[in-house]
Amino acid sequence: MNTQTQPLLSVHDLKTYFMMDEGVVKAVDGVSFDVYAGQVFGIVGESGCGKSVTMKAVLRIVEPPGKIVNGDILLRRAKQDGSGGEEAIDLVKLDANGKEIRSIRGAEIALIPQEPMASFSPVHTIGDQIIETIMLHQPVDKREARKSALQMLKDVGISMPEQRLDEYSWQLSGGLRQRAIIAMALSCNPRLLIADEPTTAVDVTTQAQVLRLLRRLQQDRNAAIIFITHDLGVIAQMADYVTVMYLGLVMEQGPVDDIFHAPKHPYTQALLRSIPSVNSAPRVNLPTISGSIPHPFNKPKGCPFHPRCSKLMAGKCDVRTPSLQSVEEKQSASCFLYHDVEVAA
Amino acid sequence: MTNSKNTPLLEVKNLRKYFPIRKGFFLKTVRNVRAVDDVSFFVNEGETLGLVGESGCGKTTTSRCILRAMAPTSAEILFRTKEGRTVDLAKLTRGELRPLRPQMQMIFQDPYGSLNPRMTLFEIVGEPLLVNGMKNRKERTERVAELLRLVGLRPEYMQRFPHAFSGGQRQRIGIARALSVNPRLVVADEPVSALDVSVQAQILNLMLDLQKRLNLTYLFVAHNLGVVKHICERVAVMYVGKLVEMANTEELYHSPKHPYTAALMVAVPVADPRVHTGNVELQGEVPSPANPPPGCYFHPRCAYAVDVCRTQLPAFREINPGHFAACHRVDELKLPGIA
Repeated sequence: MNTQTQPLLSVHDLKTYFMMDEGVVKAVDGVSFDVYAGQVFGIVGESGCGKSVTMKAVLRIVEPPGKIVNGDILLRRAKQDGSGGEEAIDLVKLDANGKEIRSIRGAEIALIPQEPMASFSPVHTIGDQIIETIMLHQPVDKREARKSALQMLKDVGISMPEQRLDEYSWQLSGGLRQRAIIAMALSCNPRLLIADEPTTAVDVTTQAQVLRLLRRLQQDRNAAIIFITHDLGVIAQMADYVTVMYLGLVMEQGPVDDIFHAPKHPYTQALLRSIPSVNSAPRVNLPTISGSIPHPFNKPKGCPFHPRCSKLMAGKCDVRTPSLQSVEEKQSASCFLYHDVEVAA
Repeated sequence: MTNSKNTPLLEVKNLRKYFPIRKGFFLKTVRNVRAVDDVSFFVNEGETLGLVGESGCGKTTTSRCILRAMAPTSAEILFRTKEGRTVDLAKLTRGELRPLRPQMQMIFQDPYGSLNPRMTLFEIVGEPLLVNGMKNRKERTERVAELLRLVGLRPEYMQRFPHAFSGGQRQRIGIARALSVNPRLVVADEPVSALDVSVQAQILNLMLDLQKRLNLTYLFVAHNLGVVKHICERVAVMYVGKLVEMANTEELYHSPKHPYTAALMVAVPVADPRVHTGNVELQGEVPSPANPPPGCYFHPRCAYAVDVCRTQLPAFREINPGHFAACHRVDELKLPGIA
């Protein structure tokens, strides 16, 4: 599938905890995955599963009282001394406000946030904000930066880009604003793009446009995208490889086709059954997942999904936590139905 | 039960709701935002009508006008009361509306914003009962317990506050409150869009189940076409304040007659990587209802637009029995649907 054998980003046993007065919230509790160049890597999960915190950890923008307590995040990049070789740097070891992470953020790893309205400053023009990003990371003067900002707006399909460049975010419609934020994220040619629910705030017809645009840009530039969403439809259409998360843990990981057509974990299976689809028969009761997502303070012991699981093995799933193990050639799952390896204490 | 599926419980005729844009020192009305512009439909007793559309299309305004949470600019809203009289809700005064209010209730979108955090479950679900004259506390406690059981919550929770409940449970509380006064028409405005996927199905099943048991009539407002297909018998599609199509659910999904409906259907990402969706070339965005384009409101984005579409507004007419659409080219177009 990939010509390169080395992953662009490699996250290993990442744990991000929030030290609250009421106790510790283990938002991300041992997550590992690899992202390769040219791949759309989907992270799907419901609220509180830790998908956004994972993304924040990669960018090193976890706000206190949150803290990365374990794991490493290796980013492969060209050696900075100009020798042409490649090196892997551990983002966890960098100072979160230091020069090095700031040179990576926005340049090598860029973010497409969920709320385009809240992400642009309302008192600066769209153009100024994109130009600022470009000048921060590239040795160009303002004239050249403006030129490439203009080109970016054209690339993302904004009509009348010269005029839009001098407008403010609140003058643009929802779809245009989303395109502008994509233009800003792509302005420094990042190799890794993190899209955090990029289409949740827009309508279906606009969503289709934005998804198609992202796909095209990703293919043109051979960038990698980490695509975070709760919408299984969007994941099916966008991702090459999927990670399913639940309460801070990876439940299942595999190529998109296997996840949707041969899901292994009971959670993935139940989730796929319970979505009302435009293709399903009308007015029949949907199979449901019983109960609701537990509050992060009272996370269940053992497998986090066991209180809602239909294949619960008493005395096993409620005592020990299964680890993520390979169950098929390319697919892995955290479930005792397939193996007997638990998470090391 | 007098289940008469072919008599309309609610009939909306030429509903209009304009919001004025005022400018200048004397705040002269310069223009109107035509949030809802000449919308007509009916809902039969015991059925579910879905109202779908993208943000700003006027679906929420329509539902609020029906409940008279807003006064429509002009309309006839004919509602058949429990006693069998037909009244025009648009013409009634506040005082005249009061006795009718228990018959039509609403389920809200946001299960967090719609429950008062300082009231217990008993107070939240029992308040409509108190307002409608059930003064005896014991009687009320019994009724609240019955309602909580009905929506799948334990009556022991009665003294707790909303913060102790998850989103799905809160939505159940909202449903219990709406059902407390035995309504006949329930307007549900995006009741599951704020919920997690694994909980959405539970609430949809509950609504289907309650409808069968209590012979409820639903007006279901939503933007998610999957959810709408799941729960509705008929669906009406809105675009910039106007209805563009209305038909039986299966017919609408299988053979849409309006290009907008067809485009909307293709735009929904299907949860199957082997099916490729989102390939329709629908350009541009939804126009503002303050400044809609001339002719058919959809023509700037429509792949099938011809000259007449640019100048004349198409009429909303019946094409097949029960299938309405507003398109000039409705007889010549063959549009793709979903099987």
